[in-house]
Amino acid sequence: MASLDRVKVLVLGDSGVGKSSLVHLLCQNQVLGNPSWTVGCSVDVRVHDYKEGTPEEKTFYIELWDVGGSVGGASSVKSTRAVFFNSVNGIILVHDLTNKKSSQNLYRWSLEAVNRDLVPSGVLVTNGDYDREQFADNQIPLLVIGTKLDQIHEAKRNEVLTRIAFLAEDFNAEEINLDCTNPRYLAAGSSNAVKLSRFFDKVIEKRYFIRDGNQIPGFPERKRFGGGTLKNLHYD
Amino acid sequence: MVFFFGFGWLFFMRQLFKDYEVRQYVVQVIFSVTFAFSCTMFELIIFEILGVLSSSSRYFHWKLNLCVILLILVFMVPFYIGYFIVSTIRLLHRQRLLFSCGLWLTFMYFFWKLGDPFPILSPKHGILSIEQLISRVGVIGVTLMALLSGFGAVNCPYTYMSYFLRNVTDTDILVLERRLLQTMDMIISKKKRIAMARRNLFQKGDVNNKPSGFWGMIKSVTTSAPGSENLTLIQQEVDALEELSRQLFLETVDLYATKERIEYSKTFKGKYFNFLGYFFSIYCVWKIFMATINIVFDRVGKTDPVTRGIEITVNYLGIQFDVKFWSQHISFILVGIIIVTSIRGLLITLTKFFYAISSSKSSNVIVLLLAQIMGMYFVSSVLLIRMSMPLEYRTIITEVLGELQFNFYHRWFDVIFLVSALSSILFLYLAHKQAPEKHMTP
Repeated sequence: MASLDRVKVLVLGDSGVGKSSLVHLLCQNQVLGNPSWTVGCSVDVRVHDYKEGTPEEKTFYIELWDVGGSVGGASSVKSTRAVFFNSVNGIILVHDLTNKKSSQNLYRWSLEAVNRDLVPSGVLVTNGDYDREQFADNQIPLLVIGTKLDQIHEAKRNEVLTRIAFLAEDFNAEEINLDCTNPRYLAAGSSNAVKLSRFFDKVIEKRYFIRDGNQIPGFPERKRFGGGTLKNLHYD
Repeated sequence: MVFFFGFGWLFFMRQLFKDYEVRQYVVQVIFSVTFAFSCTMFELIIFEILGVLSSSSRYFHWKLNLCVILLILVFMVPFYIGYFIVSTIRLLHRQRLLFSCGLWLTFMYFFWKLGDPFPILSPKHGILSIEQLISRVGVIGVTLMALLSGFGAVNCPYTYMSYFLRNVTDTDILVLERRLLQTMDMIISKKKRIAMARRNLFQKGDVNNKPSGFWGMIKSVTTSAPGSENLTLIQQEVDALEELSRQLFLETVDLYATKERIEYSKTFKGKYFNFLGYFFSIYCVWKIFMATINIVFDRVGKTDPVTRGIEITVNYLGIQFDVKFWSQHISFILVGIIIVTSIRGLLITLTKFFYAISSSKSSNVIVLLLAQIMGMYFVSSVLLIRMSMPLEYRTIITEVLGELQFNFYHRWFDVIFLVSALSSILFLYLAHKQAPEKHMTP
């Protein structure tokens, strides 16, 4: 049964936004009882039916890599984290709806994951500023998820949601807002569940099928210390 | 004084709360106020030496400052700490105020009890006098200072000197990373089996969505395929592997940090700091030595380094110069340096500590704790600075702080300093020994 194909999706975001709860909810359909600090990376697996309900239905494993830590951390931590960013097929960006800074940090998170070639030297060329051009040719599908929806007052809800809509547009991504302690947000058939399913389908498609229907073999591993001149451009 | 307040505010915003949102402005205000008053104390010492302002007005300012600081340290900050701790526990949300008052009362009780075993009270004073409060705050603060300086005195040469740096090569890091990724792969494959087994269970026609609780699990064990019996076994293996992956991750971070330090030490700045490190280590060793002598020979220094230095130069080297004039300036410079370095050191340590342990939920509590520690630290450093000042300037501190037995404090500081230095030497030695062994194993 472990012979099904797999895709790798990163779950990124600041500490304390609820990534572990989210991953637990997605993979085990249960609410996480005692969330605790994530050290390093924790992985969970979700079984997903690609193109459910159609004759082309196929089951895939989706690995959700929940990488802990803060975006402004020590460069030694960043270098270690970079090891997990190899051959990523999709990224889920998680932020806390009650905390503005966590949404702003998403730009830095996405840059860190997408520009992973530059991480070993510890210097990001754009020094963290958001540069739309870098995302123009980005092929990795993104999804933005906002957590702790229940902790926002009714009055401020609209304002927060509009701000988030702009954010998602910047990333050219879908957005989902939910509360990780309440499984009904992802109940089968709800719009959130449909968005999620579409995202996973998109990830699988990009990985295994390109537009003209051929299958792509596995991506080359990026070279690190051997021969600094050999820079691997992803998706080429 | 407003300047200090502004500085404290800025520091708070820039350094400590870079990644979080400031929800309650009360916290920020308290922190800045504590900082401002602590700095004013030092400012007053400097004024004392320089002879600015008249003596009586200085005295008045001292008293005022002390009262305010003590008020903040003993009343306000603990109360707010209790309040915030209680707010984070969801159950007690309703009766917040009640519980925080309760916590504060327990704090006061322990605080009072602290004074009993120490020979610091003279029966002349009443319960709520300044001397009582200062004595207790002083005890806690001195302990803290001694612990920090003991650890710092040992850690400083260890960090600065490249002699202690272990040799880390790129292959070491690569090997460790490969192990980490292999562990992650193993975790993934096991989790896949669990997920697939659970999915089959689900599809086999369980009416309920998930096995709810104890009875559900027993039911699923008896009615389904034998494969599910292995699930708990696999789950245990997964837990063990996850623990391993965490350890590997931390080790890799460590290796990267060491590699960076090696590279840094090869640059100019690195060499400069290395050189400083040798000086520091000599100074630290000397301090430890002095502390031992103080305890062993049971003496507390009567004269301060400045006067003693001048005496030595006058007696042995035969150089005549105006003692009064020079002693004032030199002691001013010395005290100034001590103050600045200790403030800077404290702020840096606090920042590092804050980054290491804070999260968005508990950041308020931690900032308040830091403010408390900072206040106590400053108060007790005023106590101890008395040691380094010439006799004329000591009078005002003695006057203001009442009849505390300063000798006791110095002795206590020396003892704790020695204990903390020795234990940190032991600790670092063990850590150093353990690390190379871990990398030897294939």
